[in-house]
Amino acid sequence: MQTMQTLKFVKKEVPHYAAGEISTPVGNVFRVSSDWSRADYWGMIKSRVGAFRMNYAVAPGLYAVGEPTKGSDIFVSANYKLSFDILRRELKGFNAWVLVLDTKSINVWCAAGKGTFSTNELISRMAAVKLDIVVTHRRIIVPQLGAVGVNAAEVQKKTGFRVFFGPVQAKDIPSYVKAGYKKTKEMSTIRFPILDRIILTPMEVNPAMKKFPWFAGGVLILFGLQPSGVLFRNAWSGGMPFLALGLNTVLAGAFLTPVLLPFVPFRSFAIKGWIIGLLSMAVVVPLFGPAVRGNILLLIASWLFFPAMSSYIALQFTGSTTFTGMSGVKKELKIGIPLYLSVAGISLVLMMVYKIREWGIL
Amino acid sequence: MKYLVNVTTLQYSSDKCAGCGRCVEVCPRGVFEMRDKRATITDSDLCMECGACAKNCDFGALSVNAGVGCAAAIITGLLTGSEPTCGCSDSVSGSCC
Repeated sequence: MQTMQTLKFVKKEVPHYAAGEISTPVGNVFRVSSDWSRADYWGMIKSRVGAFRMNYAVAPGLYAVGEPTKGSDIFVSANYKLSFDILRRELKGFNAWVLVLDTKSINVWCAAGKGTFSTNELISRMAAVKLDIVVTHRRIIVPQLGAVGVNAAEVQKKTGFRVFFGPVQAKDIPSYVKAGYKKTKEMSTIRFPILDRIILTPMEVNPAMKKFPWFAGGVLILFGLQPSGVLFRNAWSGGMPFLALGLNTVLAGAFLTPVLLPFVPFRSFAIKGWIIGLLSMAVVVPLFGPAVRGNILLLIASWLFFPAMSSYIALQFTGSTTFTGMSGVKKELKIGIPLYLSVAGISLVLMMVYKIREWGIL
Repeated sequence: MKYLVNVTTLQYSSDKCAGCGRCVEVCPRGVFEMRDKRATITDSDLCMECGACAKNCDFGALSVNAGVGCAAAIITGLLTGSEPTCGCSDSVSGSCC
């Protein structure tokens, strides 16, 4: 019992991504491998689909890759484990230091925007690990997307280290270093290729599907509602095609629009989403029999409502892109939200008229 | 890919530019270029208002109303009356970043 307790206090917890330790003038530092284990791959997949992306963290502090010395480069990262994993993978073959900031397990860019990847955090983390003793040079490489939160001049004034903003993507680090810490325009420009867009779609589909039960419940109640109460049989037979149209709309707004983004005309995400919503309706509606097409009121309501919802869902993707600015999104919302609300209102009125006629009141 | 035109709040006064090149180094959209030892704007519609350039311009030549271009964050900001922030850590705007 006694020994167990002593051990617990003396021994630092060794993270699974560590491969030994190296000694420095300021104490031992964990060495990390550039190779990913199965746990690292599985963690990446889970964080991409949102299973635990909110607490996928590494401990902030200093790490070693290879056999770094007093003259080795220092690369700064966030403590979102995926950011850290990608950096250590790309540093394969390097002898370098990695300084991990406490960004509350959020990636570099988002953390810089939120203010956790910041000038102050960098300065205090550098002091905490005694970086000025670990190395003799005075240069530190910060990922370019961290520049949103880091003022290079202030870092230099307070620590003596000159900040080099490295490439946007860690995979360009070897060529950046080889070129004498110089970036080409490609290295400093952020892109948004189709693979990145596909990778991001689960985080669009998930939140949309979380709201889907509300929509489904509303549809089933509307169709099942009779003067005598809610009839399940009517709810299902009448509502089912509209639930299918709802799923089709999530697919259009949260998956197809992001993936096809540059190929859909117009710059506005609202219009892009509306077009894709409209086209996917055109594909799906003919599959339904008289349930949808048989009634002009329901048909009009569907053509109004679903493309508008696709448009709204597509607008959410602005949060994942690498090129949409706040002023633009505000402009879209200013025009879009009143339109969405009116469309939803009109659809509901049409639906009510349909019900009233169904009940034979008129 | 480009977003809406004529909406960015990016402002640049070239007379204050000291030619240090930090804006070229930090801008992830390639908005700036060095010409005759001064920064010039190639196409301001490329700007996504991240704020990296203004943050790192020590000569006050650049200003931008920086923020997140994220619909969920802006809607949450409107509803709560606060500035839109990227809601990566809360479930309200889970789709953000």
